[in-house]
Amino acid sequence: MIARRALLAAAAVAVLAGVAPFLPAYPLTLLTQALIVGILAMSLDVLLGYTGLTSLGHAAYFGVGAYAVAIMATEKQAGLIPCLAVGVLLAAATAAIFGLLAIRATGTYFLMITLALGMVIWGLAFRWVSLTKGDNGIAGVPRPSLGPLELSGPLPFFYFCLVATAVAWALMGLLVVSPFGLGLRGIRGSESRMLALGYNVWLHKYTAFVISGLFAGFGGTLWAYYNGFVSPNDVQLVTSVETLLMVALGGSGTLIGPAIGAGVIVFLKNFVSVYTKRWLLILGAVYIGVILYAPTGIVGALRGRRR
Amino acid sequence: MAPAEAVAHAALRLDAVSRAFGGLQAVDAVSLTVRPGERRALIGPNGAGKTTLFNLIAGALPLTSGRISLFGHDVTGTPAHRRAALGLARTFQITNLFPDLTVLENCLLAVQAQTPARFAMLRPVSQYSALRERAQATLASLALEGLGDAVVRNLSHGEQRQLEIALALAGRPRVLLLDEPTAGLSPAESRLMATLLRELHPAITVLMIEHDMDIALELSEMVTVLHYGRVIADGPREQVKADPQVKEIYLGA
Amino acid sequence: MSAEFWIAQSFNGISYGALLFLLASGLSLIFGIMRIVNLAHGSYFMLGGYVGLTVALRTHSFTLACLAGAVAVGLVGVGMERLFLRRLRHEVLGQVLLTIGFALIFQDLALLIWGGDPYTVPIPSLLTGTVRVGGAVFPIYRIFIVVIAILVGLGMWLSLDHTRAGAMIRAAVDDAEMAQSVGINVPRVSLAVFALGAALAALGGVIGGGFLGVYPGADFEVLPYAFVVVIVGGLGSLPGAVAGSLLVGLLDNFGKALFPELSYFTLFAPMAVILAVRPTGLFGRS
Repeated sequence: MIARRALLAAAAVAVLAGVAPFLPAYPLTLLTQALIVGILAMSLDVLLGYTGLTSLGHAAYFGVGAYAVAIMATEKQAGLIPCLAVGVLLAAATAAIFGLLAIRATGTYFLMITLALGMVIWGLAFRWVSLTKGDNGIAGVPRPSLGPLELSGPLPFFYFCLVATAVAWALMGLLVVSPFGLGLRGIRGSESRMLALGYNVWLHKYTAFVISGLFAGFGGTLWAYYNGFVSPNDVQLVTSVETLLMVALGGSGTLIGPAIGAGVIVFLKNFVSVYTKRWLLILGAVYIGVILYAPTGIVGALRGRRR
Repeated sequence: MAPAEAVAHAALRLDAVSRAFGGLQAVDAVSLTVRPGERRALIGPNGAGKTTLFNLIAGALPLTSGRISLFGHDVTGTPAHRRAALGLARTFQITNLFPDLTVLENCLLAVQAQTPARFAMLRPVSQYSALRERAQATLASLALEGLGDAVVRNLSHGEQRQLEIALALAGRPRVLLLDEPTAGLSPAESRLMATLLRELHPAITVLMIEHDMDIALELSEMVTVLHYGRVIADGPREQVKADPQVKEIYLGA
Repeated sequence: MSAEFWIAQSFNGISYGALLFLLASGLSLIFGIMRIVNLAHGSYFMLGGYVGLTVALRTHSFTLACLAGAVAVGLVGVGMERLFLRRLRHEVLGQVLLTIGFALIFQDLALLIWGGDPYTVPIPSLLTGTVRVGGAVFPIYRIFIVVIAILVGLGMWLSLDHTRAGAMIRAAVDDAEMAQSVGINVPRVSLAVFALGAALAALGGVIGGGFLGVYPGADFEVLPYAFVVVIVGGLGSLPGAVAGSLLVGLLDNFGKALFPELSYFTLFAPMAVILAVRPTGLFGRS
């Protein structure tokens, strides 16, 4: 079964890679955006769909990664590898600190604490003007270059993101089918049983939290390069919630589902807002519709799962 | 085993274990000693504190006072998940499985729990053949072979109760706490369960809460009777059966 | 930092805390009984403010504005709970997404009806101006907010402790299943508490609209504060809501005044410390 999924994914990557040179610039950049946001959505799925922890502050780690790259690239002129490394490590460190606070809580408390922690990062982004330029955001993040390869054009950058997303998907995919991943699914099923079996449930949840934050940060680093501009909007509550929507829309606990959900939301946002100003209303209706009529999401429905 | 050794290394020992909830004394100064390999039934009317006692032994609930020792180690302050590492396993009165996972996955979780593999993140679990074989062997010993790919929420109640025990056995425990293994089972299913339980490895110490008096007495040589959280009888099966206080509780009620 | 500074800032913190109490006390009770996560609670605050604004402008009556805001939003709350949230008991993700969906819809509707400009709710001239005590100057309107919050708090406390309805609410907060089994109609009690919480939040929005203003984005701005109050105070606890509101009001105010660059951090760091010591909040039970 794993081999079949891997094959499907490889096919999808090949199709995207093959089609890309023929796409006009705008859909290509949207596709790139969908890939990057897909990494964020998948990272949240590890925490939510597999471990059963609903976090309302996931944009925080995405934002830490993005800001790290933005600051280092614009002020220190740092290259691609150092920027990525610092962004990912800082995001993981943030998750490590926040996890110490959040993982002791359960249920509703966990939800609210993650929301509050997400606000801390937003607050820092907004107020620590000397570091983050506050509301103005950090602009002028240049497209990176990998050795001799210039990644600034839409097509080269797309391929770069495609590879990055494939790698992230592969790593997270291995995680969720590994014994550790099985443990996470067990925690989601019954924490009390896991404790009785001898698992240190806190440690497993904490590890999942940090890994999830790490991958979210990875997505953030790519976002900084993609957008060229990082602002507090990237770490606001609405962004965290939109990520939740992508997971629910695509199907939580399927990993590829949230990535698809991310794609749907990215395209929806960009197309619908062209035709109407009532984009928020429609998005709100999508939220409600998904929950009421498609609780297992797109992939869940395709696989014939009931709630 | 020589008597001196048996007392020195009791498999499970409770010293004046108590648990109060506000003003209610759910478990009241319970002391008992279970020898290795012993089969003991814990019986008593509803609300006597039996499951609470199990929760205290397993570490799911903290004690109000007293001491619990496992093979000579004081585990009173040990967190629940570490007691499993010392050889303790339990089942739940209300079936507590992983409903969205398959039967095999349920068993694998139990098998890998005490192994370093549980932190492995980069290899699919299907590649751990030793774990898989152990899981399948455990399932077979509880008459569940062939159901490996079934999702637990689709199993019958009887099959789920069997899986409850399989999960507890998969970790090769030294002390097994069975909480009403035949709860909700039909007479035929109870018979099957009794047969399976009789075949448990003789080295495992078993403490069993059971409402079905026939099965309880059939499978245990020692019996402890709880009433309002207190031990009112404790000893060999025939002796407890003949105890006038016990008779009054069960026949007079 | 003069004495005036500390007094002024403390008073500002207390008055902001009073506003937060109106917003969060209902939320705490709602959580306590129903364990519902309602991300539209900030929207209740904002909608209350907008409705109150329109009524105040039309009728020139602040009292009417407060009443209208509370009733209108209370009804919205009833509708949301009865028609949608009731279906999602125990489904955290579902509640989060559903209530966010409503929050977005409310936000867009507000934008459609009232536009994007910020407004201030007109307050009665009686409440404008300041009062001088010693060397310090206190705005009368802020005193008014504190008085209202105290009255509401006292009202809630007395009802909870001395009326049958209050006893039923306390029972339901304590143990909803047990309460149902002794004959308390928990769904109806829950609905009433939900409506009350929404109405209080809306009242807070009208009153807050008098000095903070009413504007798009107020909903998501105020929501985290409500949540922090409830986390710090403890779910389902009225004294917790009081303590939490005061603490958050003061911390936020002093944080903004003394360390403007770290404002949210100064708010959440103490929250983190409190939670490290008591994971269920100051007055919460696990």
